Amino acid sequence: MKKTRFNELHKRLGGKMIEFVGWEMPVEYSGIIPEHMAVRTKAGLFDVSHMGEVLVTGKDALAYVQWLTPNDAAKLAPGQVQYTALMTPESTFVDDMLVYCIGPEEYFLVVNAANDDKDFAWIAGHTKGFAVKVEHQSDAYSQLALQGPLAEAILQPLTMIDLAGLKSFHWARGKVAGKACLVSRTGYTGEDGFEIYTTDPDPGIIWTKLIETGGPRGLLPIGLGARDTLRLESKLMLYGNDISDKTTVLEADLKWIVKLQKGDFLGKPVIEKQLAGGLTKRLVGFEMIEPGIARPHYPVFYKGQKVAEVASGTFSPLLKKSIGLVYLPIEGTVVGTEFEIEIRGKRIKARVVPTPFYKRPGKK
Amino acid sequence: MYPNDFRYTKDHEWIKVEGDEALVGITDFAQHQLGDIIFVELPAVGKELAARQSLGVVESVKSVSDVYAPVAGVVVAVNEELGTTADLLNKDPHGKGWIVRIKVKDKKALDGLLAAGDYEKLLEGLEH
Repeated sequence: MKKTRFNELHKRLGGKMIEFVGWEMPVEYSGIIPEHMAVRTKAGLFDVSHMGEVLVTGKDALAYVQWLTPNDAAKLAPGQVQYTALMTPESTFVDDMLVYCIGPEEYFLVVNAANDDKDFAWIAGHTKGFAVKVEHQSDAYSQLALQGPLAEAILQPLTMIDLAGLKSFHWARGKVAGKACLVSRTGYTGEDGFEIYTTDPDPGIIWTKLIETGGPRGLLPIGLGARDTLRLESKLMLYGNDISDKTTVLEADLKWIVKLQKGDFLGKPVIEKQLAGGLTKRLVGFEMIEPGIARPHYPVFYKGQKVAEVASGTFSPLLKKSIGLVYLPIEGTVVGTEFEIEIRGKRIKARVVPTPFYKRPGKK
Repeated sequence: MYPNDFRYTKDHEWIKVEGDEALVGITDFAQHQLGDIIFVELPAVGKELAARQSLGVVESVKSVSDVYAPVAGVVVAVNEELGTTADLLNKDPHGKGWIVRIKVKDKKALDGLLAAGDYEKLLEGLEH
């Protein structure tokens, strides 16, 4: 198994280590529920070094990113970040990702750990006709995520970057705990927070200092278990569960990342066709209305027929109920629609609800 | 830690005999492995159980685990409190967190289960 540069620190803190897409990662330290609630009410620190990084540079860097993605990367000034996706010609997903505009000829792409090699091969494999260089940088980078209402207060003493001035989906360079970093106001929890990237070969001090500074204020180290419950409450996508090469960007309810007027891109003709013809199914949020916990792959029944499997499903530590995401036939996507999920052979009632399931206070 | 008047299974269930009946639950080791327990699926009263048959399910945020009948019997009562307070299984797994009461079919079957000392030795073996 691959190990991040913080591996020993997790073990020292009592992290329960598991294998995740070839990496030895902590699934929890003190427990999923306390970790989840710490992020929602105070702060949590995640090691997300397993994520993938690809740098695209050159004269046609912007044009190439525009071709590969549905969102409009031309809107990004250096210092800005955008959520988007790598699209297939069928408008399905190679992956979802973040695009950081470093400069007019330099774009930093951050992708899911599970798809790191696949995404690099895709990005490197479509360059014909574009004057670009594509570099796989995942091995060089370590990455931490500091998330929660106290994130800024905990990070500011450790960096000269003016965090109050760093807006959401923006990034800045600076030292954190003495190490050169790129810090963005981004995250996968629905809370305010930062993602901290560094190529320093010895970044442990960043983790240690954050734990030291934040611990007395309630900061906890957070494992992959709570990472999943947090992102699901905020209706953030998980590749393989909610989006895949079998789901189109419109079916995934991600129309907001599609900017047709920006020009041509992979998958655009299919998106236009789906907009004209209408969708046959769409991803919706649900909650269980009878006792039971819906989990990925459980069969889903609508009007008595099996129509899908649960895409994502868990018990929400904050809302204290079972929530999830599923692709339902389009007429069943109306909020309030009741359907059934088969749990250990019994059909248990669920209902379509608006998403996200949780929105942090003050967020527009 | 592990009561001497209980018997234990390799799958981390305990059984406490009270006359012709017995209480069944999961051990402290099991609740610790599962993490915060949030849901318990209980069997119907009257259900007949074979030895090692699943009598119900315990769910934590990230896992679903079957609970197996240590010996054959019939369910005479279930712990309704677990419906609202599933974390009793974490807080008091050997006491208030009992799961079912069964009428034991054949008390001789209990002899095949582990005594407290043997169960503790099994746990020590797992740590390595």
